[in-house]
Amino acid sequence: MVYEVFRQERKGQPFQHAGSVTAPDEQFAEIYAREQYGRRQESVALWLVPRQAVSEIEEFPDEFEMKYRRVDGYSIKARLHEARERAGTLDMAPGAGDE
Amino acid sequence: MDTRAQEFLEYVQSGGQVETGDWMPDEYRARLIKFIEMHGNSELMGVLPERDWILRAPTLQRKLALTAKIQDEVGHAQLIYRVVEDLGKPRTACLDDLVSGKSKFHNVFHYPTKTWGDVGVIAWLVDAAAIVSQKALLKCSYAPYARIMKKICWEESFHILHGRDVILALVTGTEEQFGLVQEALDRWWEPLMHFHGNPIPAEEDPMVVWRIKSQANEEARQQFLEGYVPQIRELGLTIPDAALRKDETGTWLYTEPDWEKLRAVVTGHGPASEERLAFRRLSREDIAWVERVVLAEAA
Repeated sequence: MVYEVFRQERKGQPFQHAGSVTAPDEQFAEIYAREQYGRRQESVALWLVPRQAVSEIEEFPDEFEMKYRRVDGYSIKARLHEARERAGTLDMAPGAGDE
Repeated sequence: MDTRAQEFLEYVQSGGQVETGDWMPDEYRARLIKFIEMHGNSELMGVLPERDWILRAPTLQRKLALTAKIQDEVGHAQLIYRVVEDLGKPRTACLDDLVSGKSKFHNVFHYPTKTWGDVGVIAWLVDAAAIVSQKALLKCSYAPYARIMKKICWEESFHILHGRDVILALVTGTEEQFGLVQEALDRWWEPLMHFHGNPIPAEEDPMVVWRIKSQANEEARQQFLEGYVPQIRELGLTIPDAALRKDETGTWLYTEPDWEKLRAVVTGHGPASEERLAFRRLSREDIAWVERVVLAEAA
């Protein structure tokens, strides 16, 4: 059976996928994972998850193009330029007068 | 190449990475298996020359350190074979092909270790050469392989430290001890120059084309020479190649290694190839019962 191994490097950090071990049962999986991913104190904790227990989601359709939820939905550059022009403050913009 | 494979190729060439369950062209999968399997074989076979020295290591500290290094290398083999298994080739099939001579392992593990000096040179310079190649795998297009390479690179860097310590103890010792290092370097220089393979241009190397490797063979050798020639020379050691020097462009020049010899060595005609494979066959038979017991216990 394949067990996916996730390791945490320091307390408070996220568990990250490190690799996997094959083992006949959980007890052996634990021994192998300890040897492979913990013998140098390189982890403070390990998660062992049977591969079949992982359900994966890979597609994130965006049929309605909800751009207002994304950074690229807001292009303020041109509008900001226009606003500054109108206010007569173009020279106050960051980087103005650099040349 | 069909459109889908062509798109895949462009994807990996632009830095894209692939996971186990993703679609991949058959050629890519086959090349990955062959390359990664040889890496696994090399880790596993690589412990045999060092194993010979566990009982003969000069102090208890060195014995423990050497045993720990061997444990690391076997651990690498386990991690790497796991990646190969997920690509579709079971570990037992890898081991079968290894002992039957069908698959290969790295050239440097086909040579005997004559003295404790050899053990130092292996841990220092063979591991240094290996880490140059392995660091270039951190960007491998096959992500599961790239991920385990992080741990492997860390441990290999640690081995270089151990090797350098062994070498420094010898070169600061008696004349005879210094001599052991020089003789070992004389023996290992040719295999080290063979290590990164013949200078096939990157654009013709399928491993680079598919972004399995991110570095051409000659680039790796140059990096090794640039990093280690000065470190070898500063200890008063002589590299057995009169032609070795850096030209005005910063490129290292050296006597062209005998590539036919490299081919012969990796196809099982090295000085210790047969002995090593025979040992691996024997130990496989010897420990078969462990697998039976473990699987019976778990069932």
